[in-house]
Amino acid sequence: MFCAPYARPSSTRLLSALDPSGPQLPSNCIKTSKYNIVTFLPVNLFEQFQEVANTYFLFLLILQLIPQISSLSWFTTIVPLVLVLTITAVKDATDDYRCCWLPCDAAPLSLCSLRQEQWMNVRVGDIIKLENNQFVAADLLLLSSSEPHGLCYIETAELDGETNMKVRQAIPVTSELGDTSKLALFDGEVICEPPNNKLDKFGGTLYWKENKYPLSNQNMLLRGCVLRNTEWCFGLVIFAGGLGRPATRPDQIQADEHRPIFGFLVCMGVILAIGNAIWEHEVGVCFQIYLPWDEGVHSAFFSGFLSFWSYIIILNTVVPISLYVSVEVIRLGHSYFINWDKKMYCAKRRTPAEARTTTLNEELGQVEYIFSDKTGTLTQNIMVFSKCSVNGHSYGDVQDVLGHKAELGEVRPVDFSFNPLADPRFQFWDPSLLEAVKLGDPHVHEFFRLLSLCHTVMSEEKSEGELFYKAQSPDEGALVTAARNFGFVFRSRTPKTITVHELGRAITYQLLAILDFNNIRKRMSVIVRSPEGKIRLYCKGADTILLERLHPTNQDLTNVTTDHLNEYAGEGLRTLVLAYKDLEESYYEDWSERLHRASGAPEAREDRLARLYDEVEHDMMLLGATAIEDKLQQGVPETIAILTLANIKIWVLTGDKQETAVNIGYSCKMLTDDMTEVFVITGHTVLEVREELRKAREKMMDASRSMGNGFSYQEKLSSTKLTSVLEAIAGEYALVINGHSLAHALEADMEVEFLETACACKAVICCRVTPLQKAQVVELVKKYKKAVTLAIGDGANDVSMIKTAHIGVGISGQEGIQAVLASDYSFSQFKFLQRLLLVHGRWSYLRMCKFLCYFFYKNFAFTMVHFWFGFFCGFSAQIGLDTGFWTAINHFFIWGSLAAYFAILFAMHSDGLFQMFPNQFRFVGNAQNTLAQPTVWLTIALTTVVCVMPVVAFRFLKLDLKPELSDTKQKTQHRCMRRVGRVGSRRSGYAFSHQEGFGELIMSGKNMRLSSLALSGFAARPSASWIETLRKKKGGEGSTACSPSGAADKTLKV
Amino acid sequence: MKNKKSFAPQEAEARPSRCPDNSAFKQQRLPAWKPQLTIATVLSTFFLTGAFCLSVGICLILSANSVREIQINYSDKCSDCSKLRENSYNWNIECLCSVDFKLKEDMLGDVFMYYGLQNFYQNHRRYVISRSDAQLLGRDVNVQRSYCAPFTTYNNGTPMAPCGAIANSMFNDTIDLFYNFNSSVIQVPLLKTGNSWWTDKNVKFRNPQSHNLSSAFAGTARPPYWQKPVYLLDEEDERNNGYINDDFIIWMRVSAFATFRNLYRRISRKRHFADGLPAGNYTFHISYNFPVTKFKGKKYVILSTMVWSGGSNPFLGIAYVVCGAAATLTGAETEVRVLTGVLP
Repeated sequence: MFCAPYARPSSTRLLSALDPSGPQLPSNCIKTSKYNIVTFLPVNLFEQFQEVANTYFLFLLILQLIPQISSLSWFTTIVPLVLVLTITAVKDATDDYRCCWLPCDAAPLSLCSLRQEQWMNVRVGDIIKLENNQFVAADLLLLSSSEPHGLCYIETAELDGETNMKVRQAIPVTSELGDTSKLALFDGEVICEPPNNKLDKFGGTLYWKENKYPLSNQNMLLRGCVLRNTEWCFGLVIFAGGLGRPATRPDQIQADEHRPIFGFLVCMGVILAIGNAIWEHEVGVCFQIYLPWDEGVHSAFFSGFLSFWSYIIILNTVVPISLYVSVEVIRLGHSYFINWDKKMYCAKRRTPAEARTTTLNEELGQVEYIFSDKTGTLTQNIMVFSKCSVNGHSYGDVQDVLGHKAELGEVRPVDFSFNPLADPRFQFWDPSLLEAVKLGDPHVHEFFRLLSLCHTVMSEEKSEGELFYKAQSPDEGALVTAARNFGFVFRSRTPKTITVHELGRAITYQLLAILDFNNIRKRMSVIVRSPEGKIRLYCKGADTILLERLHPTNQDLTNVTTDHLNEYAGEGLRTLVLAYKDLEESYYEDWSERLHRASGAPEAREDRLARLYDEVEHDMMLLGATAIEDKLQQGVPETIAILTLANIKIWVLTGDKQETAVNIGYSCKMLTDDMTEVFVITGHTVLEVREELRKAREKMMDASRSMGNGFSYQEKLSSTKLTSVLEAIAGEYALVINGHSLAHALEADMEVEFLETACACKAVICCRVTPLQKAQVVELVKKYKKAVTLAIGDGANDVSMIKTAHIGVGISGQEGIQAVLASDYSFSQFKFLQRLLLVHGRWSYLRMCKFLCYFFYKNFAFTMVHFWFGFFCGFSAQIGLDTGFWTAINHFFIWGSLAAYFAILFAMHSDGLFQMFPNQFRFVGNAQNTLAQPTVWLTIALTTVVCVMPVVAFRFLKLDLKPELSDTKQKTQHRCMRRVGRVGSRRSGYAFSHQEGFGELIMSGKNMRLSSLALSGFAARPSASWIETLRKKKGGEGSTACSPSGAADKTLKV
Repeated sequence: MKNKKSFAPQEAEARPSRCPDNSAFKQQRLPAWKPQLTIATVLSTFFLTGAFCLSVGICLILSANSVREIQINYSDKCSDCSKLRENSYNWNIECLCSVDFKLKEDMLGDVFMYYGLQNFYQNHRRYVISRSDAQLLGRDVNVQRSYCAPFTTYNNGTPMAPCGAIANSMFNDTIDLFYNFNSSVIQVPLLKTGNSWWTDKNVKFRNPQSHNLSSAFAGTARPPYWQKPVYLLDEEDERNNGYINDDFIIWMRVSAFATFRNLYRRISRKRHFADGLPAGNYTFHISYNFPVTKFKGKKYVILSTMVWSGGSNPFLGIAYVVCGAAATLTGAETEVRVLTGVLP
């Protein structure tokens, strides 16, 4: 779905199912490799010769073949050139092989004709069978599924980062195609829009049996989704093919060094050529008796011209050809150190860190911006029922026997063995809550009764006592599981009833209504009739909403509960408030009547329903509050704190909701209560967003002015740059921006404004962003900040961001490998980022700097000797030192192999080699005879002293007179490391990854298996427009793009 | 869930543990040493280095000063011969020249006799490559394929032996030294062998194999500037003739600068000269063949003794002294700053 390159750029696609004779459509193999065996050599050579240095050396080689010019024998160039080309080619080949052929055979699938096939063999027009928890291999049109009505549940966290489950439904005509024999006869044709990068929009038409059926996004399973709670489903492949090939990243070291060096080279060449012309004119003419000019050289000027080229050859050492190879080797070494690092090995997932590219190690040390995904990266996407407050009593603190707070691990979890239906994976640490349940505290009982009744979870009982919950959001799953373990087991439901095992007793409540959740209401309620006939409304929702709707008699309890809520929120927990209300029979009758009328109303149905819901959810009695922990990955807050200390800015880009994202921001200490202000930008129009951004900036500037640094402000203002003003902001700010506002903020005329506001903030959280927006944000920072950016994520929705950033990091070891495949580094825990950046990045950078310094020093020293010698040898391009194999030796020397150096030196100075090539080894004997002279050694010693002593003096004096930043930093660091304590403040910890529509779905009974319900008549109830509602609400809050297909859908239903 | 397993990397099955080794190298825990620049270490380094350099420098200066050396520019003194040689048509007219000089004190120890050339660009690139090492190794090679041009063959195709500009321009003056002792003239015995490097004499230069030397060089001709062919360079000593002639070998070792000296002879320490050259009057008898005025060059003859550090080059000693002084001064300066409390 990510802009896959297709053969036909047509505006519509026509394809027919199971028709191999049709036009050749792309296979599903993700072809990311650049080469094949035949094209490797020419293509690779062509690419390598686009490198300036390589071309330069080829040019040198040609020059050296001209005897009048050649000042060095030709093999001094060809050896290093071939060496460089070979090493690079081998590296390219292995890279290509390793990174590009891996994904193709990743997962076998079962195909319609029950052939097992590899992912790569899936073609457009095939029909695929998918099983539960499988990744969707290609973009599919859902034909049928194991669930009734062709329903199918998918998790799209990989695509858009949203953690709740979504429903897809097959169009009714195909939903009966449940077995392979029927499917084999399916010969429909689909006309649809060409592939694009919109995840929430799809338009197309199915032609089958002379009928037209409009298709919408509701019928589509996109590649990268995971099938959940659905045993199997069949789908027609609409789009195949894959992610584009990984972007090659520009190499910073190679990019900018050439021009000055070549300029320098030419300068030296020109000076020496002029010198040569003058010398030949003044001296060389007279010297002709012993050394006549070459044939064809008749003037000093021409001789100077030739000598220019000779010097270009001689001075080639200044152009660092071996630099790239040496740099590559060093980087390779660093990559291995990363791979070998035990401190980045995750024992639980058995995954060591992996440096997948070798070219970026030193840039790790320069990262200034980190863009992080939330789900799976910062959080584990596991919700845990952690604490609760019932009737003013808070439960859930980890306590030892004496009631003191204790560390986890010292105490044992609560034993739920009394309850045969308990979920063994559930853990709770506070035994007093279970005590309260066992003692029969009515409030606690009511609390758990609410949790077991008020939800949209579906249960499935495969065998007696073995319950599985299908929750559309992990939060609900956690709550219902908690109730289950404390003895209030939600057993089964029908559209009209809910069966609960309350402490072993099966009680069936009559379900009268579900007042569904939505983002405005931020609450959901159920109205049930107990077996005794009492009608009661149970409600759970956000504290800000619910606490206002309580009965005034609750005031005292509310105060206590609010304190608890603050405490929970301060710990970064997601809170919900629970309340109930008894309804009079007569009142309910009346209300239900009005509800029935409202739901049948042709227009303003939503509004009328909302008003009715509002009316009944009033004067409720407070029960308590729950706190759910969205489990962070290990060590996330600590890592973020340390990275912040290192002045690295962390932006969280998530597809999740604002509340969830902000909540995580607090729990991983990105946002703190110490912050001066957290700006939330939720504008829906360009003007609103601009206004909000402007206000945020003004506030920051006002604050910094009033902080009393007016002087610096004035000074900064004179430099006319807004950025510098914002950079000097006093106080800590944070920015939270919503996806739809971000879309406006990223427009060309506002992006700078947005960026500057965002960069002035300590933390930036973007929520409900699409994968494309993630990439755009990264691109924006890259474009204007000229800083090294790093993106980290785990799912397919992060791939674009990972590819866009300078450095991409993938979280490995979980489901899904798209992010890892697109990344440069991969490891399994967010906390390893600290070591990757601050240890490996720093070391790589420092080592590379040192290496480069020495490399250039060596090259320049060597080259300048020739330049200097030119003044003594008549500018004739005679080499001053014997460079027979200088370049080759250079390599070995650089590679740290002194032994190899001497071995080759001795070999070269051996008599035997001279016997073989007397003309090339005329320096034989020089070394022995010169090194025998004490003068040589004395000179070496003196040179060493002359070179070293000033440096020692300089270093020492600098250390004392002008200490470096790092020296002072080390002293002050301890002071900064104080832990940020949190003070409770009024803030809603409510964050519920829930979606509207499931209430209606349940009440309609559509998703219930008919066999388990025996409700044949029920299914024909006329209120079955739930899926439309579902989609419309989704479209309303997400984007407005769905309307045409929505209309089409409606006509279909009618 | 069965395809989930296939997501696990293949290596997991191949290697039981994917945990990296806990070795000092792989975990980058190899011991390292970073010198701490404290006042004590820095000061002691400076003073020790200073002391070392000063002492070495003084030794070098003293020993260089003990070198006795005398250098005579005979291209100026033999101006008649210089004039004569300016015209190349006079190449076969012999020109003899005597240069008198006086040694004020004895030159004790081994005395070396050099000839020096000034402004002779032996280091020119085209000059340096103009030779055939294979030919000099006694091989039968086609000199046309070497860089010897234009001194490869004569017009009739006879190759030159040895070929190339270096060989062609070989220094061919003969210098004899006479000691005027009590009005009698004694020729100072000079050693003409043993002056070249062992590797040159035994490895890099070899005569072509044949039953005698002249037949070995049959089919070749002397270089144009030579007065006699290569196999007549030293008719007295078979082991110093042809390509392995010491004078030739020494000339073929091109010098790095345009002003240079080459070892010509050593004084044979016999009879009067057992301890070196005694003080007194001497005369050089020079057969002047090598023209230098054309390219504004000069010729010298040099007598010099040697010490352990080489010849009479004071530069290294001075450099050591300067360097040592600088180190000591910096040390002293730092010391003063420390004492006065400028530095902690």
